[in-house]
Formats: sequence, C-alpha cells, structure tokens
Amino acid sequence: MSNPPSLVSHPLLDRVTERQRSLILVSLCTILGAAAQILMKKGADPSIHGMIPTIVRIFTNIDMFIGYALYGISAVLLVLALRRGQLSLLYPVIALTFVWVAVLSVIVFHETLTPMRIAGITTVVLGVGLLGLGGSPTADPKASARPQAEEEAA
Amino acid sequence: METPVSSMIWVLSASFVGSFGAVLLKAGAIRLERNWASLFLNWRLGAGVCVYILSSLLFVRGIANGELSLLYPLVALGYVWTMFWSRLFFGEPLTKIKFVALFVILAGVAMLGGAIGPK
Repeated sequence: MSNPPSLVSHPLLDRVTERQRSLILVSLCTILGAAAQILMKKGADPSIHGMIPTIVRIFTNIDMFIGYALYGISAVLLVLALRRGQLSLLYPVIALTFVWVAVLSVIVFHETLTPMRIAGITTVVLGVGLLGLGGSPTADPKASARPQAEEEAA
Repeated sequence: METPVSSMIWVLSASFVGSFGAVLLKAGAIRLERNWASLFLNWRLGAGVCVYILSSLLFVRGIANGELSLLYPLVALGYVWTMFWSRLFFGEPLTKIKFVALFVILAGVAMLGGAIGPK
C-alpha cells in the first residue's frame, strides 16, 4: 500500500506500546493472583464448612479478606488486558501464575516439590501457554494483520 | 502434609463451576452497551460474578486441607471446560493447537493428581 511513512510508523508505535501495556498488566495479574492464592490458603480454616460460614470468614479473617481483594483486582486487570492484548502473547505469561504459586508454597508453607509435581506443574504451564496459540484468526484480527504491517514498514 | 483426594475433588468442581462464570461474563460482555446502566442491568454479568464467587468458595474449601502447589495447578482444568463451552455456546472453533493444549493440560493435571506416573 502507498501510505506515507508517517501513517505507517505511528500506528506501529501505538501497537508496540499497547502490547507492552498488556504484557505489564498481565504480569502484574500473575503476581497479584499468586499472592491471592497464598493468602486464601493461609486464611482458610479446615474446620469451616458451608457457604455462609466461608463468606463470614472472608470478612473476619484478614488474610482471607486481602486474598479475596487481590483475587478480584487481578481478575479485573486480566479482563482489561485480554480485551486489548494478543492472546498468543498473554497466555504464556498467565501460565506463570502456576510457577509463582509453586515457589511461594515452598517458601511460605514449606511444601516439598517432588519431581513428579514439578513435572506436572511444568506440563500444565506448557498446556496453558499453548492455548494462546490456538486462538481463531477472527478472535484477534490485529494479530494476523501485524506481520504484513511490519513487512510494509521494513 | 498429604493432600486428600476430597480436596482435589473440591478444586476440580470449583474449576468446573468457574468455567460457567466465564461463559456468563462473555455472554454479558457481548450484550454490553456503552453506558453505565447497562453494566448493572446486565443479568448475565451479575450471574457470572456470582458463579465466580461460588467457584472461589469451593476452591477455598479444597485448599483448606492439602498442599497448594498440588491443588492450585488443578484449576487449569477450567481452561479445558471453557474450551468446550466456547465451542458449544459461541461457536468458537476447536483448533488443532487448542486440542493439543487440552491434552497437555489433562496430562499435567493427571500427573499432579497421581493418576499417572510414580507418586
């Protein structure tokens, strides 16, 4: 196409910053999400059963409360990031949450990561990372348009 | 600390219930109009949030006993459910890569649950 250079370079620049913004947002989500899981586990009381007592627990236990708050914040941020970002890029980052939770479980709860568990977690991370590559072309029109635009710029 | 099978079942149920939360949120989001009232009058969005909260309560019940490093990755099974619902409710294609991802996630979950390989 015969677009003047200024029109080619500007959308490209915008796209790069938008992509970075999504990446930063999703990375933040994984950290908040992992922290939320740790706090929820810390605050969970094995002797509490049933929906209402659990809800009461959320509002009476500080770990549970902060855990739920972080969980909510990370969910909203994730929705914002996924709305704009490229799924193939974001899913592998999301999968990092599993790594953070595993590492934090060892540090905070002194859990042991058996070789089998490490293999299982690694496999799950791979699977979730792969998910992003399976998106339909229609779901992310920008993604399919990008290589062409970059070729034009080059 | 041992992780009881019941905890795994709680977490897996949470992932199943949670996948419907995703469906409801998506169904609500595509009907969303550009005004604030529509955000609060949209019953699908409200139902989606409620289902997510219900799912989190099941999850907490599960992680109260057992190890988080084993239980949390089981949540990934939710992606598998969501893939099926996306196909069923929104006609999103189940691509070859998604299918491979599905089996990789299943394999990982099975490894963690002790269904395959040594303990």
